[in-house]
Amino acid sequence: MARLRKNKQQDDEPRRPRGRRAPIIELNEVTKVYPGGHMALDRVNLAIGRGEFVFLVGPTGCGKSTLIKMLIRELAATEGAVKIAGRDIGKLSEKKIPQLRRNIGTVFQDFKLLPNRTVYDNVAYALQVIGASRAEIREQVPATLRLVGLSTKLNNYPDQLSGGEQQRVSVARAFVNHPPLLLADEPSGNLDPVTSIGIMQLLYRINKTGTTVVVVTHDREMVDNMRRRVVELYEGRVVRDEVSGGYTEESTTEFGLRMQAEMGVGPDGGTQTNGHADQGSLL
Amino acid sequence: MGRLIFFFQEALRALRRNGAPTLAAIVTTVVTVILLGVLIPIFQTTQAKSNEVRSELNIQVGLYDDATKPEVNNLQGDLEGIPHVSEVTYISKDEALATLRSELKDKTIVEQLHSNPLPASFEVKADDAANLPGVREAIMPNGPGGQAISPIISNIFDRTQASGKIEQVTGALKIVLSVITVLLVLASLMLVGNTIRLSIYTRRREVEVMRLVGATRWFIRWPFMIEGVVVGFAGGLVAILILWLGKITIVDPLSDSFSFLAAQNSTTLGFPALVAILFAASVLVSTIGSGVTLRRFLKV
Repeated sequence: MARLRKNKQQDDEPRRPRGRRAPIIELNEVTKVYPGGHMALDRVNLAIGRGEFVFLVGPTGCGKSTLIKMLIRELAATEGAVKIAGRDIGKLSEKKIPQLRRNIGTVFQDFKLLPNRTVYDNVAYALQVIGASRAEIREQVPATLRLVGLSTKLNNYPDQLSGGEQQRVSVARAFVNHPPLLLADEPSGNLDPVTSIGIMQLLYRINKTGTTVVVVTHDREMVDNMRRRVVELYEGRVVRDEVSGGYTEESTTEFGLRMQAEMGVGPDGGTQTNGHADQGSLL
Repeated sequence: MGRLIFFFQEALRALRRNGAPTLAAIVTTVVTVILLGVLIPIFQTTQAKSNEVRSELNIQVGLYDDATKPEVNNLQGDLEGIPHVSEVTYISKDEALATLRSELKDKTIVEQLHSNPLPASFEVKADDAANLPGVREAIMPNGPGGQAISPIISNIFDRTQASGKIEQVTGALKIVLSVITVLLVLASLMLVGNTIRLSIYTRRREVEVMRLVGATRWFIRWPFMIEGVVVGFAGGLVAILILWLGKITIVDPLSDSFSFLAAQNSTTLGFPALVAILFAASVLVSTIGSGVTLRRFLKV
């Protein structure tokens, strides 16, 4: 396995200069055909290393959401293997799927918060559901909410929060048990540009703790300015995979500059290393 | 333990939110359980009564008051000679009156009689209840021209027809009541199922979130299951309370004056056993109702 991985890395060398670790996500010739014949993914190959921050971009209907759903085994691949931490999740038994999902945080465009629970309870819910102890909940929930900057709104209900704040709650819920992998499907899709920066910053901060972050977006400016790896899908195929890509070479808009300043990534490139140890083993 | 509390909290939260359908399910369960609670004792009593009647089946041969002793002795010999007759007992007028006196609660009726209206009689038992009609035929052939084997026979009374009628009536009653009970059990099954279905629908977001954060299948199912059981539990409890009130206010006072009702206490199962059965049934029905619904509508 190790040798195999090494070979793979050599093959991917130009694409993943920082890929020193075993890939946390690995797709081999993955094809997904929906009932009815629509081909959402067409022989996709992709490897994402531990600790990476990756943007997944592409127009609507290109297969981004399908890909995310396959990573949490909401959907199964028609052909090919989807591997998380080296394990083919297509072969996971029904019983093991919850275990997989506990190791993957997910954030969605529509937040998916429970409206009749407070911010605290929404985040605590994720821990309750996986059977965490009360002591753990009491410790982790406030800490995570502090991380996302909502420690003053513990007892508010989601409808008393702004969109950005709601998305922060959703990120907190996804991250509260410190999963090694965090998937965000259009996290800023419902948010204004300034609020989006906040969310991206937050995801970046989470990435700095060692968690691999995959962000699906079609927010060009965001991608341009974050200077992170970009994987572009078009009609179910990977058409681009750049180490620190962007839709455009340089951004000079006010938004772009602010973003770059806030992220600490100047136009001279996203060269920060995420030199953090792995957050425990996955699965 | 913490998990159990979590499940119950979730279930009760959902029940509160689905007030109306929950109430409908509980009320149906109440009606079903009450009906069962009334029907089971009735079934048992009628069964016990018809068995009693069957075991006591005999032919009573009434004699004219002016029959002489030799005639009576002759007749007894003749009766004992009939095939399948196992026992012939002579009951004198005085004995008949004494028996009547002991059977009646209200002795004054007997006291008010000036003379003894009861005839002397023979009680003829057959070796098997099925042979009774044949024996009867031998004593006095059926039909208008039927001639009794002895002129001292005034009339002949047998309870085979009576017992047949009792069984017919109770049989029909049982079928009707069983059908109603089955329909009501089905109705409460479906209503409990419907309540759970609504609950699944209103909580689809919770279910979605639970799946996303990696809740196991049964972790998601338990609150719904408990919800159904709570409905059955509440319905059973209310119904048993109503039955108990009915027992102490209606049945118990009546059983003092009606031996029919009093009799059931000795031969049929008592109230505590009945309560246990009903309670188990209501919880079982609601568990099945929610289980089936979960299987069909909660894809996890």
